[in-house]
Amino acid sequence: MGLLSKKDAALIKDPLADNNPITIQVLGICSALAITAELEAAIVMSISVLFVLGIGNVVISLMRNIIPSKIRIIVQLIVVAALVIIVDQVLKAFAYELSKTLSVFVGLIITNCIIMGRFEAFALGNGPWRSFLDGIGNSLGYGVILIIVAFFRELLGAGTLLGFKVLGDPIDKTGVYAFGYENNGFMIMPPMALIVVGIIIWVQRSRNTALIEDH
Amino acid sequence: MSNKTDSNLYTILFAIAMVIVVGGLLAFTASALRPRIDNNERLEKQQNILYAMGVNANDESSAIFVSTDEAPELFSKYITKQLVLQGNEVSEDNEAFLIDVKKEQTSAKEGNERRLPLFVGNKDGKTYYIAPIRGKGLWDAIWAYVAMDENMVVQGAYFDHKGETAGLGANIKQRYFMDDFIGESLMSNGSFKGITVAKGNNDPKNTDKNDNEVDAIAGATITGDGVSAMLKSELKQYVSYFENLKNN
Repeated sequence: MGLLSKKDAALIKDPLADNNPITIQVLGICSALAITAELEAAIVMSISVLFVLGIGNVVISLMRNIIPSKIRIIVQLIVVAALVIIVDQVLKAFAYELSKTLSVFVGLIITNCIIMGRFEAFALGNGPWRSFLDGIGNSLGYGVILIIVAFFRELLGAGTLLGFKVLGDPIDKTGVYAFGYENNGFMIMPPMALIVVGIIIWVQRSRNTALIEDH
Repeated sequence: MSNKTDSNLYTILFAIAMVIVVGGLLAFTASALRPRIDNNERLEKQQNILYAMGVNANDESSAIFVSTDEAPELFSKYITKQLVLQGNEVSEDNEAFLIDVKKEQTSAKEGNERRLPLFVGNKDGKTYYIAPIRGKGLWDAIWAYVAMDENMVVQGAYFDHKGETAGLGANIKQRYFMDDFIGESLMSNGSFKGITVAKGNNDPKNTDKNDNEVDAIAGATITGDGVSAMLKSELKQYVSYFENLKNN
């Protein structure tokens, strides 16, 4: 990448693989369970987190030298909550349809521990540009896992992808359902998200044994 | 971190400044955008009511409203009367549209007589009675606009929610769920029964319209129960209006 130095490029690349926020840092698990029953919701959530974490990291990074350390967590929480609420209000006024789609996610974004985790672990100690890249990288890493999990849950649980009936119609018995295939209703339950994430963690660690903690 | 930012005085001053700045910013955004948001909400309500009575831009599988530009015009074209029911009294009120169902529910709990809005629409010579109702889902409020004929047979419904789980409870606003209600009767053998969102019913295509049941959404049990409860408790209050309608 000519645009970014090697160190900066690593901020984007690492969270996509060996420092993934979900599978390695174990951040953002709650939302990975909550909104991966459907691919569309996972994509919307990933994009929202990309915006909030990118901008939030920059804001916190700019404020890093004036935030009193005793109340830094509260300050971080206020920054992200204010940011999300203002964006929500602006969308309600100027893009009402879009805001209807996103309103469900507002609460999930504010309480997403990836956001607080990256503020605390990175933005408080780094400059705005690097913090911005870190925010983008981590939200991409988060988004990738969310989309993989949602892909399998929607495909196996409902037989659809983005709402399209890719496997045929389960009620009219067309497509693969004609051969006796059934949707696995358990896939759309939250526990299955945990199991799918577990499988991803397993695959990732068996490909790169350096990631396995020794204890 | 420098010592300066560790002192108690600095921490308190910072907290105060932060509250003032953020509070001011939020208050400013909220009040500056309020008129636009209110207008959007009003248009949405009109779109919802029109949707329930079948005035919409639906394609094959997704629910699509009439555009916001057309909504006010279509609303005055199709909605012939706005009624307010209070006890046995029925009055015509062009402000019925502005009645806040949530506030009415709260005031009814305090012992006041509830005002029930009802919109009467006419499309292609057929009369629709549309009731706005509100209930509880799993996480937060759910609400609906139910269009009925004079026998309390559902002619159309629009469901919405504030924060149901995406992919599960949130699917109450999908066509495949809402369309199942069309043709279902709220009455059974002359008395009010409501419509139950039933799990494991053996009628997933919903061909039996006389069973007071529609097929539930997998993984959305509590939202579905909330829908059943809402339809039952809210629409029951409209029964006397429809009975009077027939007797006259």
